[in-house]
Amino acid sequence: MELTGAEILIESLKREGVDILFGIPGGAVISIFDRLYDEKEIRFILVRHEQAAAHAADGYARASGKTGVCIATSGPGATNLVTGIATAYMDSVPLVALTGQVGTPMIGSDAFQEADITGITRPITKHSYLVKDVRNLARSVKEAFHIASTGRPGPVLIDLPVDIVRASTDFTYPEKAEIRGYRPNYDGHPRQIKKVAEAITEAKRPVICAGGGVIISGAAKELRELAEKVQTPVITTLLGLGAFPSDHPLSLGMPGMHGTYYANIAITECDLLISIGARFDDRVTGKVEAFAPHAKIVHIDIDPAAISKNVAVDIPVVGDAKRILVELNRIVKKKERSEWNERLDFLKRKYPLQYEKSDKVIKPQYVVEQIYEATKGEAIITTEVGQNQMWAAQYFKYSKPRSYISSGGLGTMGYGFPAAIGAQIARPDAIVFDIAGDGSFQMNIQELATVVQYKLPVKVAILNNRFLGMVRQWQELFFNKRYSATFFEALPDFAKVAEAYGVKGLSITDPKDVRAAIEEAISTDGPVVLDFHVDWEEKVFPMVPAGKAINEMIERMA
Amino acid sequence: MKHTISVLVENRFGVLARISGLFSSRAFNIDSLSVGETEDPTVSRMTIVVGGDERVLEQVTKQLNRLIDVIKVSDLTGENFVERELLLIKVAATPSIRSEIMQIVDIFRAKIVDISPTTLTIEATGGEQKIDAIIGMLRPFGIKEIARTGKVAMPREFRGKV
Repeated sequence: MELTGAEILIESLKREGVDILFGIPGGAVISIFDRLYDEKEIRFILVRHEQAAAHAADGYARASGKTGVCIATSGPGATNLVTGIATAYMDSVPLVALTGQVGTPMIGSDAFQEADITGITRPITKHSYLVKDVRNLARSVKEAFHIASTGRPGPVLIDLPVDIVRASTDFTYPEKAEIRGYRPNYDGHPRQIKKVAEAITEAKRPVICAGGGVIISGAAKELRELAEKVQTPVITTLLGLGAFPSDHPLSLGMPGMHGTYYANIAITECDLLISIGARFDDRVTGKVEAFAPHAKIVHIDIDPAAISKNVAVDIPVVGDAKRILVELNRIVKKKERSEWNERLDFLKRKYPLQYEKSDKVIKPQYVVEQIYEATKGEAIITTEVGQNQMWAAQYFKYSKPRSYISSGGLGTMGYGFPAAIGAQIARPDAIVFDIAGDGSFQMNIQELATVVQYKLPVKVAILNNRFLGMVRQWQELFFNKRYSATFFEALPDFAKVAEAYGVKGLSITDPKDVRAAIEEAISTDGPVVLDFHVDWEEKVFPMVPAGKAINEMIERMA
Repeated sequence: MKHTISVLVENRFGVLARISGLFSSRAFNIDSLSVGETEDPTVSRMTIVVGGDERVLEQVTKQLNRLIDVIKVSDLTGENFVERELLLIKVAATPSIRSEIMQIVDIFRAKIVDISPTTLTIEATGGEQKIDAIIGMLRPFGIKEIARTGKVAMPREFRGKV
């Protein structure tokens, strides 16, 4: 049976199990939207800016483990997706971005709303397709979903010229994607896994560093089994938060620039570092030469290119974290607690994360703690980027995978709110909090209309310090308090802005009202914006200054 | 150190841009790059010559392997392989000095492919050193134009001792 390109696209999406699509229509994709108009199996979420479509699809993917899909028209619609695609690329999020394109005869003629989007996104996509023949459309969709969701996941873009979408051809959906240049390796090499097991047995001071790969591969259970079997403490990177329960006795929290004192000391003193699905980002390593100087380094990762990219690795194991951990757990010898465990427990007690409490001014850390307590830890937290992101990482104790959703690699301000929309759709019964800053929230504040339209009960907690706080913190510490362009002389009343959109808005200025406001937000059957006016001088500590070794931490400063 | 990397890729539009983009995004200079169809018309072979330290090159090889359109990457460096390059060179040559140039052409087993009252155009093939040598020998006569294809390479089949 002959179908049009638009029909083939929608059919193919359904075959891939897509039931939700985020986007904004436009001239080049109008035929696709015409087809969506009668579609019952795919729900369309009309966002208010294409960037939010990409972030929402990304948040949906991170909360559910499924591939997120967004759609935008040609030209500016497509270029507005770019930041969202780059965000997904850096954090290995399975995403398929559909973009309209001018008709094939017009490509390259600087036509109205034309942009070379496959060219623009080439360095930030895992792969992309410009469909030049309707007969290739179904296969392109099949391959795109296969590539996006397998191996090290990532975004794939499909550019759809308007004439291709309108052309017709016979529709058969390929059973399998056969791509000769793409065969990710899932099973770790048995000899390498054996070496890891031996290294663990020999090590006196081992430590595990778990990253986002553990969550992607669904290996949290296996990770816990390993840690307990060999009594090895576990550090979780920003993207790994939730891969290992934060309240577990073996948990050391987060490493790196704003990591815990004891996590960074553990890395500096360990004789074996087992990194699983983490890529030694510079925010984790600090000065590379001084990173884990005494350690043999094991790196388990599905991406061969991640091995020895930033840090020289002694025992690489390429494959899927879960499969490798299953095998490792099977062969590794049980170990008992040692002096090393005692030392780290001592450091944990002696140097906990802490801040100065106050009953006069709201401390941002206190807000995060109260969200944790009020939700009993049963919430999905999305974050914006900067201080809010770090406090949300430090003071909420994540115990489950896919409960902390944040732009780690690209560090995209404006990510958290649209990502919360995607997460809420993926997990309709979950309490979803976007822990935001006043700066970041303004970058996608227009999505308040989206949460109203689709009745999404997303809660936004703004840690409002009237500053671009993380930059201000650097200016205070390293630039003589010269607050260049970080103070917002004009700032809206966020509660009133929320009300204008039809969202409940509360301003909170007194510490004793914090908990009640959070409780009210949770019990409200709809979206709520909480504008917490927090101590503007509060800083994120500990802190490793850029370029320093991770054991050279600033603990506190007057 | 210079590396010769042979890459088999899907013969499709956009592939060259992906590969060159991979080098340029790492601020990595390509010495030469040649592309052509192989015995299988759906597959092209790219021969890329690059310089750089071992760690960067290892990373480049891995990144090449990550590209979906890349089927196979082999770093031929350190292996026994045949490499050839084609050179076209136009040299100033008045009738009085033509024979002198033709002697050089003979020595290098090159060919004269075009002639004019004031110039000779010479075609030569060979490894990089031979090409550099012939250019060096012809330089004193006055080089008008040079076109080089960049290297193509293939591992030798017989690797053992004779």
